[in-house]
Amino acid sequence: MKPAAFEYFAPATVDQALALLAAHGGEAKPLAGGQSLIPAMNFRLARPRALVDLNRIAELSYIRSAKGGTTIGAMTRQRAVEQSDVVTRGAPLLAEAMPAIAHPQIRNRGTIGGSLAHADPSAELPAVMLALDAAFRARSVTGERTIPASEFFKGMLETALAPDELLVEIGLRPMPDRSGTAFLEVARRHGDYALVGIAVVVTLDGQGRCKAARIALLSVGDGPVLAVEAGKTLTGQVPSAEMVRAAADAAATRDVDPPSDIHASAAYRRRLVAVLTRRALGRAFERAGATQRGRS
Amino acid sequence: MTHTQRQIGESVRRNEDARLLTGRALFVDDVRLDGMLHVAFLRSQHAHARLSSVDASAARTRPGVVAVYTASDLGDYWRPGPLLVPPPPIAGLVFNTCTQVPLAKDKLRHVGEPIAMVVAESRYVAEDALDDIVVEAEPLPAVVDLEAALAAGTPRVHDQLPSNLAAHAVQRKGDYARARAQAHTVIARRFRYDRGVSAAIENRAVVAQWDPHAEELTVWDTTQAPIPIRNGLAQLLGLLESQVRVVAPFVGGGFGPKIMMYYPEEVLIPWAAMRLGRPVKWTEDRQENFFATTQERGQIHDAELAVTKDGTILGVRDVFLHDTGAYDPYGLTVPINSQCTLLGPYDIPNYESEFTAVFTNKTIVTPVRGAGRQHGVFVIERLLDFAAKELRIDRAEIRRRNLLRPEQFPFDNQILFQDSAPLTYDSGDYEPALDTALEVIDYKRFVGEEQPRLRAAGRHVGIGVVCYVEGTGIGPYEGARVTVEPSGRVRLATGVGTQGQGHFTVFAQIVAEALGVEVSDVHVITGDTREFHWGTGTFASRGAVVAGSACHAAAARVREKILELASHELEAAQADLVLEGGRVHVRGDPTGGIALGALALKANPLRGAVRPGTEPGLEATAYFGPDRGSTASGVHAMLVEVDPETAQVEIKRYVVVHDCGRVINPMIVEGQIQGGVAHGIGNAFYEQLVYDDEGQLLNASFMDYLLPTATDVPNVETIHRETLSPLNPLGAKGVGEAGAIPTGALFAQAVEDALAGSGLEILEIPLSPTRLFELMERPR
Repeated sequence: MKPAAFEYFAPATVDQALALLAAHGGEAKPLAGGQSLIPAMNFRLARPRALVDLNRIAELSYIRSAKGGTTIGAMTRQRAVEQSDVVTRGAPLLAEAMPAIAHPQIRNRGTIGGSLAHADPSAELPAVMLALDAAFRARSVTGERTIPASEFFKGMLETALAPDELLVEIGLRPMPDRSGTAFLEVARRHGDYALVGIAVVVTLDGQGRCKAARIALLSVGDGPVLAVEAGKTLTGQVPSAEMVRAAADAAATRDVDPPSDIHASAAYRRRLVAVLTRRALGRAFERAGATQRGRS
Repeated sequence: MTHTQRQIGESVRRNEDARLLTGRALFVDDVRLDGMLHVAFLRSQHAHARLSSVDASAARTRPGVVAVYTASDLGDYWRPGPLLVPPPPIAGLVFNTCTQVPLAKDKLRHVGEPIAMVVAESRYVAEDALDDIVVEAEPLPAVVDLEAALAAGTPRVHDQLPSNLAAHAVQRKGDYARARAQAHTVIARRFRYDRGVSAAIENRAVVAQWDPHAEELTVWDTTQAPIPIRNGLAQLLGLLESQVRVVAPFVGGGFGPKIMMYYPEEVLIPWAAMRLGRPVKWTEDRQENFFATTQERGQIHDAELAVTKDGTILGVRDVFLHDTGAYDPYGLTVPINSQCTLLGPYDIPNYESEFTAVFTNKTIVTPVRGAGRQHGVFVIERLLDFAAKELRIDRAEIRRRNLLRPEQFPFDNQILFQDSAPLTYDSGDYEPALDTALEVIDYKRFVGEEQPRLRAAGRHVGIGVVCYVEGTGIGPYEGARVTVEPSGRVRLATGVGTQGQGHFTVFAQIVAEALGVEVSDVHVITGDTREFHWGTGTFASRGAVVAGSACHAAAARVREKILELASHELEAAQADLVLEGGRVHVRGDPTGGIALGALALKANPLRGAVRPGTEPGLEATAYFGPDRGSTASGVHAMLVEVDPETAQVEIKRYVVVHDCGRVINPMIVEGQIQGGVAHGIGNAFYEQLVYDDEGQLLNASFMDYLLPTATDVPNVETIHRETLSPLNPLGAKGVGEAGAIPTGALFAQAVEDALAGSGLEILEIPLSPTRLFELMERPR
């Protein structure tokens, strides 16, 4: 379990990193926290010709609050996100999900951008970003663009990023009033990739009806899955145990087509989707200030 | 003469921990020698294939590669390994010996079997060179499923045998057919019990160095049995045993697989070191460990229990299949343990047990902590649960009614154990242990009040209680040498290897108590054949029992020498002497007398005469071999909560009442129990080796092979009981495996109880949330 030979670069600025990526024409991999890439290299599942280590690029590590919401530099350690008051206030869903990501040791090293760019369908952060409708700022030597989360995740370990493009910042809009969020997952052991996980954002209107519900599921497809049908079920309705059950049912039967693997059958995942959707929606509506009738 | 300092029975802090916790303990991978070369093995990607050619020519030309060896390069050195444990003399036994080979020749029999060995200047280069080797192999259908292995037309793992049958054995006691005819009820079920890897924190590692001037080979090896490895290597390499030194330094967990002999790597690294004249190192990585280190795996039991109306056991019949993997160097230890341990602490007058071991295209099966005992305990405990349900008898009560009574010991089970001796329980007192467990977990109140209350609130909490026995502490023997040095410190050398059990403390306690010194003043040396070269190894929960008794005997002889010499020096009768605080003094004169160190000097004078009939020094060597194994026992109880919607299981409490005879160090025993239970919980709910139909292991990493972590294992509440063994002077019985043995049976019972009313029957281990969900959804 030793990696194949590779070249190693440790640039100090984003510009230098982008130049290196461009120079290697897709055969270099950016190295963030290394929590997925390094094991893959040790197993020789990944054999990049070069590594561009981003860990010395100070300009990529920050958490800022502004009028337009919260922005997080891609190389910000997950632990810093977890412990940030700015995140707790501005993006409570993200704050709630952070402790579910692996273990403190891994979060000390792992970065928010690294996890998103790796795009593991079982990872928490892609689903959270999809639920929050985050905006990803990407740069390359040729320029800069912003990619919405709904267009960023392209499939199993695939993103909209070009090989010479670097994810540099994650932008989160402020939460509307009367919103509630919830994150839940079922994992084999604490800190494992989830068998199924869910991130939910709901917003109520002045009459207490559901104005919007964004439900993102993880570990049920080849990327995070937005439960569109479940969301539709709720929109315009006054939240109730029955409505929540109907949404959960829609999520499990219409929104997902989960895979089977050695840890969970498709049928078991579908069950978990139904149960977690129900429980997460109940919690999110409660936090949004809804008065639900009936037991969920 | 009285013992003034009690050491045995005290929770003495561990002598070895300062070294371990500060990173100063030597492990094999810490051995770094000048000019050392590194090895990587090319391993089979096929579970079953005919091997036509291995071309290593390109690999040999890669810069940094020093040598590449294939089977044909080994010449006469290529030979199958020995049969380590010949099967017991069971009448009618069939046993086909097929032992592992150093490098595959002609045929590949499991994924991970070594094909070629690359020796290079670094491990990186060695691994790079693996890609250069061209293997031509014709894949054959893999033998994976236990039942299919014996079906007609199934490909054979070993072409020279008529089928995949590795062994067949029947053991009988009484007349089961008659018992069955008299039964009120016969409970019959099919059970599956699967296990996994031992997952020691340290993988295997071997470093070998040939010294051409001293003509001595030194091998650092993570083995549990350094002395047999030395003896075997000497024979294989044509050296005197005294020319080979095997050191098993600190080893990060053994659990059984590290006693397997001889692993291909263990045979090849020393050979290469001698051939190349440079030190050679190989450290197994975690991925290799999943394929190349022995495992335990599945058995399928068709078992039935004949009982009277009041739940008295009349007899048991069990027919089972055992997966032995691609080779069977360890004989029948695992299935015989299953066969014997099924009898448990119960009075079972009639027993018929038949097993068939089969070869499969999977990694070799040898003992892993518990060594087949789990499987047997699962079968009898589950049968008793179903009998209780059917007869409407309380689960604890049906067990109580069948427990052996104290006056029945020694109890002859009339079948043979793995050590070829009759399976005779030396001593035991089972009912008080059951009562204690029920009391501590508050069984009556839980079942009567708490459980219905929780259920009414929508919570599914179950309780389980199971009993087990464990044959431990088998022979043949171990030895120890105790020396009082002029510094007053005591050296103790023994041949067993150590893998974290606390030998440096427990053996020291035994010696310290006999000699009246501090435990910290006893310097223990284990696992170095230069220091002690008679013995067998650390296995079968026998360290404290067998090696401990040898330490006891050697210390007793040194004590005699001390008293004899001190009596002469102090001009006092031996009966008036006291050993304490590292001194010998006359009773009533604690400030007088002589220090042991000073006495040691007098025992080895530079001038003058050693008195005729005496030996120099305060030193003695002694050996101990028990007549047969001792029988430890225990009761485990647990509370679990199941979320029926998500099939998630949470262990709320775990209680162990165990009896390992004399408890030498309660803290260390509790650690063994806690660790064993962790192993058991892993086996019950987390760990499973998942093979596909082609014999490929689908979860060969800790990402997918799940070990329970600190957050998944509860703090075990341990209660000690001591029923002394009459078979050794300490009265000790083994405890190394105990915690891991009944956990699967307990888990099944408790989870089933949590879901009581659903009609769910758990007939298999390991479980997982997804499997539990599947079982719960199955129409009944």
